Amino acid sequence: MRGIQKNLDKFHEAGVRPVAVSVDAPDVSRDLREKSGFTFTFLSDPNLEAIRRFDLVHAGAGEEGRDISRPAEFLIDSSATVRWVNLTENYWIRARPEQVLEAAKALK
Amino acid sequence: MSAFALLSYPLLFVNWPLTRDFPWANILLFVIALVFLFVGVRRAFGPDRGWVSKIGALTLGALSVLVLAGFIMVAFVASKWLPTAAGAPQTGQKAPEFTLADSSGKPVTLSELVNSPIPPGSSAPKGVLLIFYRGYW
Repeated sequence: MRGIQKNLDKFHEAGVRPVAVSVDAPDVSRDLREKSGFTFTFLSDPNLEAIRRFDLVHAGAGEEGRDISRPAEFLIDSSATVRWVNLTENYWIRARPEQVLEAAKALK
Repeated sequence: MSAFALLSYPLLFVNWPLTRDFPWANILLFVIALVFLFVGVRRAFGPDRGWVSKIGALTLGALSVLVLAGFIMVAFVASKWLPTAAGAPQTGQKAPEFTLADSSGKPVTLSELVNSPIPPGSSAPKGVLLIFYRGYW
């Protein structure tokens, strides 16, 4: 996400709005945004509503065995259709900004 | 030599979080540490060394092997314990709609994200990049 922030201008130029989603409460996300200088949108999904709909629940992987989201990235076009997906198999390895920007070129 | 091996470890631990995204750097460091350790243990068993250096070298050796095993475990095994997400929307499928609170507590829908201009005032986005992350930072 640091990479996304660093390239935020490029994302905006490409017409892409990055949005981060996790189970963290809004105040936790607010602290993270302030601390790390993230200016894009962060959404809170403490009840795993969206995370469940995207089939990304990682059961018991959070603090005190709470359910959290597995890492994943989806590029969605203006008709809400998925155009590019990255479901990493290793949570240390996330999508690189260049990969997403390359995929974003195909967006109309 | 054992002291050198000992010193290299706190240094490695300091580097650990910084180089976390690049495990190859750490693996290289571990290889170097193991080489030093091997040399250190061999020297500790030289003819002019007492039992203190032998035990010290063996303890350090065992410790560093444990650390290396732990590192490999976390970097290459535990990090892959992820659910498969077989039901995740695929390319060409519609993304499921949702309403979630942003970091100021304001509810936001996916359609709003797709349709409202970025930054405010300019044209509507061509797309939205949803980044799901583990949280608890």
